[in-house]
Amino acid sequence: MSHADLEDDVHGDVTVDALDLAEEYTGAAAGAGAQASADVSAYAMRLGDDALVLAQRLGMWITRAPELEEDIALGNIGLDLIGHARSLLHYAGTFDGRSEDDLAYWRDEPEWRNAWLFEQPNGDFALTIARQLVASAYLVELYRALADSNDATLAAIAEKAQKEVDYHLDHAVQWVLRLAGGTEYSRGRMIVGLADTWPYADELFRDDPLVERLAAQGDAPLPSTLVPGFDRTVDAVLAEAGLDRPTGFVAAGGGREGRHTEHLGPLLAEMQVLARQHPGASW
Amino acid sequence: MQLEASARPVPLATDARRAWDIAATVTDPEIPVLTIEDLGVLRDVTIDTAGAVHVTLTPTYSGCPAMDAMRDDVLIALTHAGYAEVSVEMALSPAWTTDWLSDTGKEKLRTYGIQAPSGHAPARDAGPIRLKMAVKCPRCDSLDTREIARFGSTSCKALYECRTCLEPFDYFKVL
Repeated sequence: MSHADLEDDVHGDVTVDALDLAEEYTGAAAGAGAQASADVSAYAMRLGDDALVLAQRLGMWITRAPELEEDIALGNIGLDLIGHARSLLHYAGTFDGRSEDDLAYWRDEPEWRNAWLFEQPNGDFALTIARQLVASAYLVELYRALADSNDATLAAIAEKAQKEVDYHLDHAVQWVLRLAGGTEYSRGRMIVGLADTWPYADELFRDDPLVERLAAQGDAPLPSTLVPGFDRTVDAVLAEAGLDRPTGFVAAGGGREGRHTEHLGPLLAEMQVLARQHPGASW
Repeated sequence: MQLEASARPVPLATDARRAWDIAATVTDPEIPVLTIEDLGVLRDVTIDTAGAVHVTLTPTYSGCPAMDAMRDDVLIALTHAGYAEVSVEMALSPAWTTDWLSDTGKEKLRTYGIQAPSGHAPARDAGPIRLKMAVKCPRCDSLDTREIARFGSTSCKALYECRTCLEPFDYFKVL
């Protein structure tokens, strides 16, 4: 790698990053340059897509949240998730030579593997907080378990991510308590937000042949094993807030196979438009 | 001290040590008083038989936008010092923790107006009771402070206000 083209002041103007992204994340051990197997790649793509789609949704709140501090909080949470997505999608791409940007900007709707929860519209602030509670409570359990993965790169990403999603969960919990304990109006909105979010929780914990193969090798936890921890977390929050756990219908799901709700298409259109209008451009 | 050794694993070889010291001059663009050595972001420097320098950094937060700048600055610092072949890699494990901040780094933070983390990362372990540590105002040392926002100007900081001197200040969150 030659650095002759490096200017003294690389931060002074917009320059193409002098380093190839493929050389950035080495996972657990420096210099490992690990390559994902077909199964691990497919799994990393699911997790990366979950993180990236939710980050994109949270970014939409910036300048629209109830208060400035919340603009910054949701933006910061989204930034953490983009960090997780970059690591995961980069690793997923090592299987067939695609870059993180190829995966983010050049896949169409049926090629996305995120669960339906993450692509649900923001709705009002209470709905976003309800989605954030379910997502963060799940991600805390997932990354805690995944930190013990036999796959060194997945374990390293999870070890890093779990500390961050722990803060995200804390933030969601604070807001659930505030809204539920606020006025009649805010409490009503929180109840509706939870009811509208709950149908999408089930899909997060479904096992399928891919995760069963990975679990057998000790590479990933079975999603179904994360249910008790998730239940403990959300039940404690709901009890504290004096809210009932929503019951009712369960969404069909299908995101892991590339079947999505009508909400993903417009999100991808907005996220991908710039990269597709200017192929190969960097900024 | 065990913690200090894991926070700043300085190489023993003289030539690698020289390269480490050059890399260690790079600062965090968002908190310019802190070097990547103070932060514990600089994890490893080795020189291979061909004379190429390999630097390993670890990100403070997964999405920290300052990491790209730090990586480029390490590259520039070493290139300017005469090393022809330099590579910078990122390692996620062991995950960065605020426990790695050096004492001089914490002191520099306070002088800069940012309160250093109170307490250690294990205090944040999941459990029924979370230890909430008091946060001292970096300006007047009052403990009568209040968290305004858990997520402040950057991922790593929260926004506080001091009830004694009435000034707002940033707090470097325990991670």
